[in-house]
Amino acid sequence: MNGLRAYAVVYLVFLYAPIVLLPLFAFNDGTIIAFPLQGFTTRWFVDLFNTPALHEATLNSLIIAVSVAILSTILGLFAARAASRYSFPGKGGIIGFIMLPLVLPEVIVAISLLLVLMQLGLDTGTWSIIAGHTLICTPFAIAILQGSFANMDRSLEEASVDLGETPWSTFRLITLPLVMPGIVASLLICFTISLDEFIIAFFLSGNEPTLPVYLWGQLRFPARLPVVMALGTILVVLSVLLLVTAEMFRRRGLRRTGQKDTGGFL
Amino acid sequence: MRSEAGKGLSLVSPTLTYALLLLAAPLLMIVAFSFWTQNFLTIDRTFTLDNYREALTDPLYRELMLRSLKISGAVTFFTVLLAFPIAYFISFHVRPDRKSLWLFLITIPFWTSYLIRVFLWCVILAFDGPVNGTLMGLGIIDQPLGWILYNANAVIITLAHAFAPFAILPIFVSLEKIDRSLLEAARDLGESRAMTFLRVTLPLAMPGVLAAILIVFIPTVGDYVTPRLVGGSGGTMISNMIYAQIFDLNDRPMGATLAVCAMALVGTVAVGLIVVTRRWTGPRG
Repeated sequence: MNGLRAYAVVYLVFLYAPIVLLPLFAFNDGTIIAFPLQGFTTRWFVDLFNTPALHEATLNSLIIAVSVAILSTILGLFAARAASRYSFPGKGGIIGFIMLPLVLPEVIVAISLLLVLMQLGLDTGTWSIIAGHTLICTPFAIAILQGSFANMDRSLEEASVDLGETPWSTFRLITLPLVMPGIVASLLICFTISLDEFIIAFFLSGNEPTLPVYLWGQLRFPARLPVVMALGTILVVLSVLLLVTAEMFRRRGLRRTGQKDTGGFL
Repeated sequence: MRSEAGKGLSLVSPTLTYALLLLAAPLLMIVAFSFWTQNFLTIDRTFTLDNYREALTDPLYRELMLRSLKISGAVTFFTVLLAFPIAYFISFHVRPDRKSLWLFLITIPFWTSYLIRVFLWCVILAFDGPVNGTLMGLGIIDQPLGWILYNANAVIITLAHAFAPFAILPIFVSLEKIDRSLLEAARDLGESRAMTFLRVTLPLAMPGVLAAILIVFIPTVGDYVTPRLVGGSGGTMISNMIYAQIFDLNDRPMGATLAVCAMALVGTVAVGLIVVTRRWTGPRG
């Protein structure tokens, strides 16, 4: 028991090692990313504000991530509702196929989309990244939303219909408020995944890099590494904030439907 | 009023259509490409198996395929082995109201920038990095370890880190499903703690372990970033070659062929694993 607990703590240290090092180097007053540390500075963060290419990439990433969050959550709502409420022929196969990008290597998704675009003679760019990210984020949206739908007491909807509401107004007045926390969690998670995704963006970005693609380019220049560390620190803090918010909404949703908490996402 | 099945199908149809257009069609396109050839910028659409012949006979491709499989196999082995005790700890020894906190703590690193995490492993494992520094400081080694960066080992360590939550969560779920009274029964009937674990807990957790193995193995075979950043020349994997074929060598059909081969290989291994382990993971009476 005590041995296991000690192991768990060591394991957490292993999991968090890279993230803990990040801010150390971001505030380190030296251009080399290595120990010993040199002293405290915030100039790498100031540098971030003076890099126009970075601002363009950030704007690109934000446009993509917001669009992806909305699209995948809408597509996820359809599939999750269908999967948790109705039984239909081929259900397992259909849902399994939609969830496939969860396990498919991203490189495969990326090159298959790239080849199709090339074949159709279309230019790659922001819209194609949105399309690709939506494909890989939808399974995550479904996983989260299915939890919300499954936890919902179906008799609430039946009562509403019995009391004279139409199916649409029942959905708007009863179902939607009950799954709203799941929707918010799904939006936040899809946003986070898209913001961080590299491979698909790398293959499909053309000359409009996203934040990770820009970062990848910078990794080649040793002098730029401290700035990359500063940017990474900001991204990590942002991701953690988004995740904590998503988790809070997920738990609120569980309380609202009167369920007990059984674990995290996925 | 429409039937139950009709409603379900029409509800799922937008998502399904999207997946068919952006997943099924492109995957078919890769397969089609693998039977074509390319001359500079023109694609020759005559059906040929030459790409496959080359992919299967060229020693370089074969080496990369095998290495990708070996590296993924090793990553899967270590990730699942290291993850099991954590899942067990959370399921059996953490207070119920604390479980979701632990799971949350484990998933947070997974959601932070993948590129930066991989890059930081370069720093951690470097010649003058903290691992070598600590080991030398403790007097365990005399000189920095050279075998932990820019080779297959570095790829294994980095991927084992990146995929940890993928292994922990399915195992945790299957452990949570175990009826605790079965364990009490085993102990009451005189089994030791260790034997109870081996004969009751472990077999019942096998579906989760298999899920963990598949969920780590399949995506890691196709990883691009980690071999590129920490792998050096000895840690290059098949995705790096697929990328090079398409962007650097301008041979899209060959890139497509290698992608199809990689998918076929992964699929075969995955299906093989599922079949072989069926007697441990299948339904029991």
